[in-house]
Amino acid sequence: MKLAVNGVEHTLDIDPRTTLLDALREHLHLTGAKKGCDHGQCGACTVLLDGRRVNSCLVLAISQQDAEVTTIEGLSPHPLQEAFQEHDGFQCGYCTPGQICSAAGMLDEAAKGWPSAATPAGEEPTLSDAEIRERMSGNLCRCGAYANMVPAIAEVAGR
Amino acid sequence: MTSTVENTVGRPLGRIEGPAKVTGEALYAAEYPVKDVTYAWVVQSPVPRGTLNAVVVDPLTEDDDVLAVLWHGNAPGLEDAGDPELAVLQSDRISYRGQAVALVVARTLEAARRAALEVRLDIAAEPHDALLRADHPELYTPEKVNPDFPAESRIGDVDAALAAAPVTVDVRYETPALHNNPMEPHATIAVWEGDDLLLYDSNQHGPGVAGTVAAAFGLTPDRVHVINEHVGGGFGSKGTARPNAVLAALAAKVVGRPVKLALPRQALFSMVGYRTPTMQHIRLGAERDGRLTAVSHEAVEQTSQLFEFAEQTTTITRHMYAAANRYTGHKLVRLDVPTPRWMRAPGEAPGMVGLECAMDELAERLGLDPIELRVRNEPDAEPESGVPFSSRHYVECLREGARRFGWAGREHRPRLRREGDWLIGTGVAGASYPTMAQPSTARVTLGADGTASVAIAASDIGTGARTILTQIAADELGLPASDIRMRIGDSTLPMASVAGGSSGSASWGWAVTEACRELRRTGRSEVTFDTSELIAQQEKDGKHAFGAHFAEVRVDTVTGEVRVSRMLGVFAAGRILNPRTARSQFLGGMTMGMGMALHEEGVLDSRTGDWVNHDLAEYHVPVHADIENIEAVWLEEHDADVNPMGSKGIGEIGIVGSPAAIVNAVWHATGVRVRDLPVRLDKLLPHL
Repeated sequence: MKLAVNGVEHTLDIDPRTTLLDALREHLHLTGAKKGCDHGQCGACTVLLDGRRVNSCLVLAISQQDAEVTTIEGLSPHPLQEAFQEHDGFQCGYCTPGQICSAAGMLDEAAKGWPSAATPAGEEPTLSDAEIRERMSGNLCRCGAYANMVPAIAEVAGR
Repeated sequence: MTSTVENTVGRPLGRIEGPAKVTGEALYAAEYPVKDVTYAWVVQSPVPRGTLNAVVVDPLTEDDDVLAVLWHGNAPGLEDAGDPELAVLQSDRISYRGQAVALVVARTLEAARRAALEVRLDIAAEPHDALLRADHPELYTPEKVNPDFPAESRIGDVDAALAAAPVTVDVRYETPALHNNPMEPHATIAVWEGDDLLLYDSNQHGPGVAGTVAAAFGLTPDRVHVINEHVGGGFGSKGTARPNAVLAALAAKVVGRPVKLALPRQALFSMVGYRTPTMQHIRLGAERDGRLTAVSHEAVEQTSQLFEFAEQTTTITRHMYAAANRYTGHKLVRLDVPTPRWMRAPGEAPGMVGLECAMDELAERLGLDPIELRVRNEPDAEPESGVPFSSRHYVECLREGARRFGWAGREHRPRLRREGDWLIGTGVAGASYPTMAQPSTARVTLGADGTASVAIAASDIGTGARTILTQIAADELGLPASDIRMRIGDSTLPMASVAGGSSGSASWGWAVTEACRELRRTGRSEVTFDTSELIAQQEKDGKHAFGAHFAEVRVDTVTGEVRVSRMLGVFAAGRILNPRTARSQFLGGMTMGMGMALHEEGVLDSRTGDWVNHDLAEYHVPVHADIENIEAVWLEEHDADVNPMGSKGIGEIGIVGSPAAIVNAVWHATGVRVRDLPVRLDKLLPHL
């Protein structure tokens, strides 16, 4: 099968049951995407698929032969990476690439005017802290660095 | 060496490994590229108690890719490594549901996982008991509680003092099982090179894991090399070698190739430890002015059939408040359950729920401000040992927090603030954590170019250890931090203690400090310093960090939902070595404390002995949306008695007391005392 990751097309001979996450980590050695739960419950494996954020553990690699995958390695350098360091938006670092990929995807969604559960009905979304928190709640951080990630993301959002 | 370089300790230096972590370049255990690696998957027991007679493998299952199916019937023998849970695949006994009973090794991850599902287990199940009860007939008092405290303490006559006290509180609080759930699941890659073993392992103590795994394989510790350069959190669950390390090494020996074993999230709930549920009984007796005459704190906990872990739930009560008559005690029962082990502030975190919620109830009974009640019970020295405190600024933390939080003028009575559907309240609770240091060794080497290299087998599990050790070395040598090369995360470096007990910075920083000082004193270009003798001479009692937590909550009267509008932690924790990483650790502990108060609950089905909510969808931890306004600050404190840096541990105190502050705030908002955590909406709703 073929898989386009970070602008490079790869040819892989892998088990059809291989998830996108395992294809990245075990076959392409792109280990920036992390495995935290393998069930789409923690967000550590977040990558961009044709620009949209997905949990790569819930996607079969073979189903994405026509897609463009962007991982944290392909996203670099990104202003979110600098902002996360400036605001100490991580401790152990294991959820961090997923948080950053998710934030990048989220900023794009917000720029397109997509609402969230925190958006008041009938209003255009603006990236308040409450909006950022709501939109980032699929990415868990057990070290509890949330309070530092939100200002980092807000800074990159231009607030 | 020049002394004109500005000091870096106390400055907010960014994490040295920050660039590697935000770019995804930092390698965690399962991510090291290893040639010819194979994959293992654990088969876990589906019953809590019984005998495993046989493991039956369907010959058609993945036969091309499966390399081995190991179980006690064919696994190589292991030596006693001091932890019965590491005697993996050695016996037919099943002691808990989720125990590793077989291991599949295959060429691919997919094949290993599939084959593990197909393996059939011939088990003779036996009746089991997995239900913790306060009146369990097999409760016993352990000889010691973790790490080495007496299980009981008794001063004066608590019962007589309670009978004579004009005001008393007699309450029972329960905390549920809690699961560490570091974001990186436990993982190991095992590579044998002849009789030498290389482990890439996710742990909090590389030298400890090396020694334990070496013992299991009958090797001397120097034959096992453990690399843990980056660790995706641990919170106590990676403090010692877990079964994944031994299983991977065992499998690699059998198949003759490297083996990677990354535990699935669900397996963490049973295989790596958790915080025991507690049932606490707190009795307080006081004069009408609030001065305590009696304090009694008893806890009932569970442990497993395999291993006695006795959490020190009530030891924190031994040094918090003055009272002439005192009792603290612990009772355990061995159940057919996974073994509870260390989770962030074992003992202190659940124990402080009981003590500090009971103090809030006493304040209510007295009609007294809960801060004032605490101030009136401030002891002159450690109430039980009589040893003076090396430093104690608890009252100052309460006062400073009250000022910052806007506590003045708070109405003591509950359920008086309402905004629309929301009831609003505030709460306070104290915090404390022991200040410890453990022997470690550091090596400092000066380079020809004037830079220095520092080596110590410390573990940075997200604490910022790599960064603060660099700062310490830089100041001691009079060099800029950029001229220090800090090497940690490798068991072959000089011996370091565990990243646990909030003792990492103190223990490793002490060794780095002494090595640097001796190097400057002697003019040598390399010095290795072991702190064992210095630490053996130190008085252990009387050394604690203190703090105070404040919380404001709002409770929806329609749904029962609790939101934490504000959290403030004020700490007196010695000299703060790096305000950026320290603040993050405090906030992280407080965030986990919110989880303990409102979200987290491991639910064990006593009929099956299974954790029914064993994943991150059903075991709820705080998420972005839960954290609104949270802040941590600290008082200037330099305690020269604890270690040469004057610092105290900060990794755990954030979770001690913060749950109680929230529970007390919920009472203040609603008038409802929820005495079994977490405070779920179904416990509030009938009363709103």
